Amino acid sequence: MSNSRTSAAFAWLQAAPLTAVFALFFVLPLALVVMVSFWQASEYELLPAFTAQNYLDVFTGCPVTADGDLCVTAKTYLSTLKFGVLTWLITALLGFAIAYFLAFHVQGTLMQTVLFIVCTVPFWTSNVIRMISWVPLLGRNGLVNQLLVGSGLVAEPVEWLLFSDFSVVLAFVHLYTMFMIVPIFNSMMRIDRSLIEAARDNGATPWQTVLHVVLPLCRTGLIIGSIFVLALVMGDFVTVGVMGGQQIASVGKVIQVQTSYLQFPMAAANAVILLAVVLLMIVALMRLVNLRKEL
Amino acid sequence: MAPTRKRAPGFWPLALLFTAFVLFLYGPMLAIFVLSFQGPEGGLTFPMRGASLHWFAKLWEGIGVIDIGAAFRRSLALGAVVMGLTVALALLAGLAYRKRLPGGTALFYVVVASLIMPSIIVSLGVGLMFRLLDTGLKALLEAHAPELLEAFTTTMGLFTSGLGAQLTWTLPFGLLIMFAVFNRFNPAYEEAARDLGASPWQSFRHVLLPLIGPSLVGVGMFGFTLSWDEIARSSQAMGDLNTLPLELQGLTTTVTTPVIYALGTVTTVVSFAVMGATLAILWLWQRRRQ
Repeated sequence: MSNSRTSAAFAWLQAAPLTAVFALFFVLPLALVVMVSFWQASEYELLPAFTAQNYLDVFTGCPVTADGDLCVTAKTYLSTLKFGVLTWLITALLGFAIAYFLAFHVQGTLMQTVLFIVCTVPFWTSNVIRMISWVPLLGRNGLVNQLLVGSGLVAEPVEWLLFSDFSVVLAFVHLYTMFMIVPIFNSMMRIDRSLIEAARDNGATPWQTVLHVVLPLCRTGLIIGSIFVLALVMGDFVTVGVMGGQQIASVGKVIQVQTSYLQFPMAAANAVILLAVVLLMIVALMRLVNLRKEL
Repeated sequence: MAPTRKRAPGFWPLALLFTAFVLFLYGPMLAIFVLSFQGPEGGLTFPMRGASLHWFAKLWEGIGVIDIGAAFRRSLALGAVVMGLTVALALLAGLAYRKRLPGGTALFYVVVASLIMPSIIVSLGVGLMFRLLDTGLKALLEAHAPELLEAFTTTMGLFTSGLGAQLTWTLPFGLLIMFAVFNRFNPAYEEAARDLGASPWQSFRHVLLPLIGPSLVGVGMFGFTLSWDEIARSSQAMGDLNTLPLELQGLTTTVTTPVIYALGTVTTVVSFAVMGATLAILWLWQRRRQ
């Protein structure tokens, strides 16, 4: 029918600007990253080629070097993965608890909305500022150390509070718990309240209700939140840089440093590997949860 | 005193956790707002040594070689453009998805992929693309118009590569919001308009637009604030001139005075002003409708 064809053409005309942006600034650049990961580079220019050398270089000495150490790439991925898993665990638990409180304990839509907005406002402010705002609290002469030393709990100021693994995870939790709260809260608001009542009427304890009724019904929200948090942490270079005092390695930071030294083929090869790892994690996450549902 | 209403079990521990979480969210930010008014002798941590606007004055003079004012204006301009384009493009695409859009699912997946793609990869890709474009253009100029070669530097910039990189981050949010809006939209209003003889344009302009207007204001706020604070996608794609958050990120390693807190306060005030303006517009809208 020509009528439906003109309608579809008109619809695509409306979608065209957005499609063009993603084709030009997302799909094409990604394709170029894959392409250039097989190229070579001299000090000042890119040389078209088709070589796996960049990938071989990334994995030099893997899995174990001659000295018996893990290779650099494996170490970097392990460190990044550690941040990912820790952040994921903490944000999932915290996000679930906060969302549960908002969805099931707070009475009245207005109060719910207000408290929900309170949780999301920091998302619209600068990440870097939220990171450096930990300095006056966690620094060597910061508030926490003043309290600890003042109360006599420790004799010397604690050093590991800032520019450490601890401060990196703390900042990740600070920044990304929102990405868990919003999708989990959204899932919880869709739960039919009579299901909760039914569980209670059948003698379930509150804890059992949460575990066997609420949690399974929040699956989608939890998966969406997990994908966000894992993807954000795995590719991060800003938080690890600022909160780690530019001393802690991460995959994203390796890519950023190589790019700033104009080593594009190497950076591209690292980006392709990172992309593969993140995709695997997302697929595994969905499988894991699906599988458990089927058991 | 007996409680007037019995709370569900678990209320108080969770309420405590929630309060602690809100403190955790806002406490540190509050600390740097206070410390940005540190006296001239004061340092990066408490205690306050007097109160002054000293560090804001320092900020106004510029930090080292960095012209904060110029970066501020650049970020503001870019944020405004990103906001406008996010609203317009997300609205158009949202309208397209209300019709039959063959292949729309594939486009949707691309948009979602852009949302969860590690930003450094997108940034690297966009930077790479413009660098290759530069190389190509230079070769072209050399062959056909060598006299222009001298003047050509780069195609990378705030409103080319920078704008494109940021749109891959703001547009997914915009489109998802439009989906949520149109899912809840009652098409009966448009049908009524059509039955009364309105043209498609009239029905869009006088029926649909006023009804979804508040949501568009929300999309605009997303567009501006996300652009205003964007670092990860912009980092490799801005070219020679940096935006304010990129300058701020660079300053974290070099600046050891409260001037960086003053910058943080100024930046956050802009974010909050935009959120406040959004709320004010929505409130006025609501009132006019009643």
